[in-house]
Amino acid sequence: MELKMETRQLNLFYGGFQALRDVNLQIKPREITAIIGPSGCGKSTLLRCLNRMNELIRNVRTTGQILLDGRDIHDQAMELTSLRRRVGMVFQRPNPFPLSVFDNVAYGPRVHGTTDGAKLQAIVENALRATDLWNELKDRRNSPALALSPEQQQRLCISRLVAVEPEVLLMDEPCSALDPIATARVEELMRELAHSYAIVIVTHNMQQAARVSSETVFMLLGDLVEAGRTARIFENPRDKRTEEYISGRYG
Amino acid sequence: MRLHPATTERAVVTLLWAMAGITICALAFIIIFILAHGLPHISREFLADSPRSMGREGGIFPMIVGSALVAGLAVLIAAPIGVATAIYLTEYTREGRLTAVIRFGADCLAGIPSIIFGLFGFVFFAIVLGMGLSVISGALTLTLMVLPTIIRTSEEAIRAVPQAYREVSYGVGSTRWQMVTRVVLRSALPGIGTGIILSLGRSISETAAVMLTAGSALRMPQSLLDSSRTLALHFYILSREGISMTNAYATASVLIIAILALNLFAYWLMSRFVARVR
Repeated sequence: MELKMETRQLNLFYGGFQALRDVNLQIKPREITAIIGPSGCGKSTLLRCLNRMNELIRNVRTTGQILLDGRDIHDQAMELTSLRRRVGMVFQRPNPFPLSVFDNVAYGPRVHGTTDGAKLQAIVENALRATDLWNELKDRRNSPALALSPEQQQRLCISRLVAVEPEVLLMDEPCSALDPIATARVEELMRELAHSYAIVIVTHNMQQAARVSSETVFMLLGDLVEAGRTARIFENPRDKRTEEYISGRYG
Repeated sequence: MRLHPATTERAVVTLLWAMAGITICALAFIIIFILAHGLPHISREFLADSPRSMGREGGIFPMIVGSALVAGLAVLIAAPIGVATAIYLTEYTREGRLTAVIRFGADCLAGIPSIIFGLFGFVFFAIVLGMGLSVISGALTLTLMVLPTIIRTSEEAIRAVPQAYREVSYGVGSTRWQMVTRVVLRSALPGIGTGIILSLGRSISETAAVMLTAGSALRMPQSLLDSSRTLALHFYILSREGISMTNAYATASVLIIAILALNLFAYWLMSRFVARVR
């Protein structure tokens, strides 16, 4: 199977501190890949490499390759805006803009030049349907997004991404600010979205990784320790450190 | 002797209350004093007529126009420059020697007495650039004077915009400029607007700097190159030269009411804006 994304010998330095060491990560299309590991192991850093979001931070240096559909994302020919459109990101805290529901979802399409009202309406409707928000919010499209519940806000943030038709969704602990019921619903949504997108989720929560992902990657202190099918990783880890982590020895 | 904590608390509350009271009383006293002396003399003729015999009689219409022109023009020029500088400092460059120099320069400008600005404006705009004592010389001088305020308040407002908004905007593939105009400025607008209004108020009430640059002609300015007397300067001349204290108070009342109305209008505008997006 063709890989959707791949890192080869990826190293990342924050100044003199090395946060990633020779990481070889493989992301398959239309599957959920979970990155697990204790705090500070570099999982968020790795995620933020995939759409070059780390470059917003000062003193970051990377070596190695990151490929999207076999092409290097640092290539001159790959524009940063088009990369980020294709590889979208959902953040830890729901962070809708202080705009209406409609304007939040229409933000991306507008940025990319869609101004036609009817077309925007259609895009917004589709994006809200993709996250099951349409029925809840179709009559509240013009109300402020900040008035929604945290779970609705997080789904709205996913809709906002879906509206620009990305290929890969990066999710950085997308449920850590949600209660268990809301978490279950967002996880359900992730499984649905995995029919169309490659999803990479960073999570602290091993149960969540086991529930939603089909591939799991375990990281420790900047090293990618072990990667494989989720069931295999959890039932039959090959590396001793992986076993210790998933059995709760540290974390 | 040790006071009981509850006693200290009561004493502190009383003290703070008294301090705040003094501030408000002082402000109220000034406003009431001036309005009491000035309001009875304000009539439609006073607002709509030109002054006669140096302002002893007649009205202040040319001064109202002069104030609006000089202050309005100053803010109109300063606002885009100041906001653009703030955007550059916050979004388009990393902290370094250059930003430190720009910021230090702005802070120095903010600390210079206005009469120095007046002197500079007189030498540079009026004489070197040949604009003479005119509306445009006055406006440009005030531009320099309020620029630091606009830069600093805009910078604060822009910095207060959550970093997450920027990341999200980049996250859907926006360019930096799209991020700035569609997200950052939108969220920072109330703060930026407040800075601009403050500057407008300061421009309207400035006296020393406009005396040396806009001049003190009593007639209606026919072009931006004409000299024009502003309300604040008119008030100063009327009282300083003992021409007419009643008209001086009336002029001051108009000035105070105008600034008050301006502030209220600005707050109303801002609260409407905030209500729309929240």
